[in-house]
Amino acid sequence: MAIRAEHEIHKRRFSRNLGVGLALAAFVGLIFALSVVKVQTGGLLEGYDHQPRTSMLPPTEESSE
Amino acid sequence: MSDTHVSDFDREAGFGDYFALLKPRVMSLVIFTALVGLVAAPVSVHPVVALSSILFIAIGAGASGALNMWWDADIDAVMKRTVKRPVPSGRVHADEALAIGVALSGLSVVMLALAANILAGALLAFTIFFYAVIYTMILKRWTPQNIVIGGAAGAFPPMIGWAVATGGISVESVLMFALTFMWTPPHFWALALFMKGDYDKANVPMLTVTHGRRVTRNHVLGYTLALVPVAMGIGFTSIGGYVYLAVATVLNMLFLKGAFDVWRRDEAAAEADGYKVEKALFRLSLSYLFLHFAAILVEATLRSFGLGGW
Repeated sequence: MAIRAEHEIHKRRFSRNLGVGLALAAFVGLIFALSVVKVQTGGLLEGYDHQPRTSMLPPTEESSE
Repeated sequence: MSDTHVSDFDREAGFGDYFALLKPRVMSLVIFTALVGLVAAPVSVHPVVALSSILFIAIGAGASGALNMWWDADIDAVMKRTVKRPVPSGRVHADEALAIGVALSGLSVVMLALAANILAGALLAFTIFFYAVIYTMILKRWTPQNIVIGGAAGAFPPMIGWAVATGGISVESVLMFALTFMWTPPHFWALALFMKGDYDKANVPMLTVTHGRRVTRNHVLGYTLALVPVAMGIGFTSIGGYVYLAVATVLNMLFLKGAFDVWRRDEAAAEADGYKVEKALFRLSLSYLFLHFAAILVEATLRSFGLGGW
């Protein structure tokens, strides 16, 4: 026979776990929304892509024309 | 043995106890004034960035509240007003309060710097440091001027909100800071005049105890006189306008009258009517600050419709 003692403490622990869980989920959602907004409004973005960044190279004749 | 276990269970914290650690009532003031600073700024902010910035400012304020409760657990346990707080009542361990305070401080500062800009993050970090270290650890138990300088911590949020939008500091944001900063002393000392006893027991130096009630009354009037030009001055900057100036004129006249009445009385008269005038000034001080910031918010809203302002 399984022991099933539902003490008030279990409710309180559940409320705590639920609260922390929901707070974390909300935080994840917020970071995602922030990322989307930052990418959309960030203007020109330059990511490192295993090749020299063109904007960092000294101007050549070709590019200055 | 089993008895101690039962009492330990009784004291185990629920989610609400951790939330209470963040001082939700202080947090609501921080949210409101930071929002006003952000909205009043001449630069528009994306709603998601604005919302998350306000949230991180609020979390930072909450973190400093948790640090305050960790450090002050001993005196909170003595004062009637604070004895039910999570740490002195035994529901949250002091170490837990410290851990939550430090973790949330770091999180809020880094996230605000990323969501908005470095200046906003740095200002938030300074605010937390100022409240937790300068005020709580150093000033509070050392000088009766504790709340004057400590009031700066509560005054920073509108400046942070402004920095979120503009990335800078300006006359307007400094004046919004000064409004809360100068308002804190008369607000708090009006309270101290009719809340006797608590601070004596806890050995916290309060002006009413260290220098007497006559000096406290003088200070209430003195700081009110210094507050008025700041409050009126905001009306003539870019965030002010007719609405703000009208609201500020009425409120400052009422506040001056209240402070003058408190100054004019002696202790015998105050005892006789149960500190009626002091209580009235304290109540007025609450709406005084709220309505000033509300008026700035109204001006900002009017401006977005092409009305208001100068």
